[in-house]
Amino acid sequence: MSQQLIEAITDMREAEALQIATELLDGGTDPVQILDDCRQAMEVIGQRFGQGQAFVPELVMGGEIMKSISGLVKPRIPKDVQAKRVGKVVVGTVEGDIHDIGKDIVAFLLDIHGFEVIDLGVDASPQVFVDKIREFKPQVVALSGFLTLSYASMKRTVDTIREAGLRDEVKIMVGGGVVDDHVRAFSGADAFGADAMAAVALTKSWIGG
Amino acid sequence: MSKTPQELFAEREKRVQDAMALKVPDRVPVFLSQHFFPARYVGMTYEQAYYDVDKWLAANEKTIVDYEPDVYFMAQAPIAGPGEALEAMGMRQIKWPGHGVPANRSFQFIEGEYMKAEEYDEFLADPSDWTVRKYMPRIYSNLQGLGMLPPITSMLNGYVGSAITGILAIPPVAAAFDALLKGAQVAGRWSMAFAAFDRKMATMGFPEFSAGVALAPFDIISDMLRGMRGAMIDMYRCPDKLIAAQKVILPMQIGGAIGVAHMSGNPRVFIPLHRGADGFMSNEQFEAFYWPGLKALILALIDAGLVPCPFWEGTYDQRLEYLRELPPGKVLGWFDRSNLVQVKEVLGDVLCICGDMPVSLLESGTPEQVVAYSKKLIDTVGKDGGFVMSSNTVLDECDPALVKVWLDFTRAYGVYR
Repeated sequence: MSQQLIEAITDMREAEALQIATELLDGGTDPVQILDDCRQAMEVIGQRFGQGQAFVPELVMGGEIMKSISGLVKPRIPKDVQAKRVGKVVVGTVEGDIHDIGKDIVAFLLDIHGFEVIDLGVDASPQVFVDKIREFKPQVVALSGFLTLSYASMKRTVDTIREAGLRDEVKIMVGGGVVDDHVRAFSGADAFGADAMAAVALTKSWIGG
Repeated sequence: MSKTPQELFAEREKRVQDAMALKVPDRVPVFLSQHFFPARYVGMTYEQAYYDVDKWLAANEKTIVDYEPDVYFMAQAPIAGPGEALEAMGMRQIKWPGHGVPANRSFQFIEGEYMKAEEYDEFLADPSDWTVRKYMPRIYSNLQGLGMLPPITSMLNGYVGSAITGILAIPPVAAAFDALLKGAQVAGRWSMAFAAFDRKMATMGFPEFSAGVALAPFDIISDMLRGMRGAMIDMYRCPDKLIAAQKVILPMQIGGAIGVAHMSGNPRVFIPLHRGADGFMSNEQFEAFYWPGLKALILALIDAGLVPCPFWEGTYDQRLEYLRELPPGKVLGWFDRSNLVQVKEVLGDVLCICGDMPVSLLESGTPEQVVAYSKKLIDTVGKDGGFVMSSNTVLDECDPALVKVWLDFTRAYGVYR
């Protein structure tokens, strides 16, 4: 483990982080170890985000640095090395709404906390949610919405999941810009998350990890 | 004897101005943020709001007459202009009802990296030139030809260099000008109708919330140019340019808002805020990148005799101390999800406070819940004046009956004794 690399990433020193990663690679460090350092650094950033000590710029910039380092490292990793995942979460912005910032942050944080995230993108119809639940068998479904019109879409999505006979298979959370606990009750979801770390906490409480 | 519309107008305007000046009005003023609500109320589609100006204005009139707000707010709806104008120019930056989103869905903005990081220098060197030749072709598919224009300053060659005249005749350039003119003609017709509507509402006794709009310089960059990701990466990779660009944008926003205020005669300027909210960035970043531009904008508008009305979308609970730097009694702050009791404590002697009534409750609550929430707001935030009752955001999907319960209760219970 390179504490130096981790700190360069968590302190957003991009050029230095890339330089250290290059030196480590050239010095024969296992590329998987370097990626694991990146993951640890992102976990630190995620924790700081949850504690209100880091914000969206750090998530974005941390992600950028990690992407650059992955670009350097990945060609040298054997294909069969895969990270272990603790559970699956289907995430999407509900039908009629094309906002992705909040949903992307939730997906990103779930990913660095070890969950496999199936991201349905934006404007995802109730049927798409049902199809993907059947296909991936997630334990948790996260519905995101930024606009007030998303309330009705969230309700339709939960209803469609119920009509498909899948309601008992998944826990459903709702969140996003104008979503609150009234919307949780109105839509028939199990929980409302006020922010992205709440989504992680809810997921952990439901499937562990 | 019932009051004349002129008396009612004066009474409503005074009520709102008293609240804005942090005085105690006769009762809590009510503010109606219509947005697409009138469409639902009269049973027309959102799409029609973009294509049938008479029908849309009639729906707004009915809403205003039936709900009797002290100030109505329809922005210069429809947002981004009439559908025919958007089509003529090939607007790519939003989807609007019937065009990319279903007929009964709100418009939505398509954020993107409309300016690359490497283009800061070009933008800073000549923002007008960059806007015309680079930005407009990117956000309007039918204005591609503008990208073929030479720099406008080539006209400085005077009689020696009239080369530009030939370039204007090249088919793609001519097509771009045709598209612009067609869009402008439609937009012009709508603007006239909206201006006439505002005058008509005034003669019927109803003041408008605001006519002009300004954006925080950071939001121009983050929303319109670099995208959120881009602007946030710039905080680390090129912070100086991010700040320099805001300094270039600031006077444009001030000038634009002053111009509209003078034309309309309405001093209130709506400032919808996006990326400065809690969670988007740290207080240090807010202090370095967001607040200086926003504060300068607000102060300049006050200096020009106008009333800035920032919409603090999201929550600003972590930033309230900064707002204390604003002069007292000059600004109306519309709050979305901040803790209004805390806002009142920290800022009650600085800002007139407005907002907070959850649209989720007005959409799916019970009348009892609506009344209880309104009562709590009036008792706490409304105490001693300086408060305007409003929904936390636009009323689009709200239940017309619950909106009536909310406003009727506020008017009855919100009387200051």
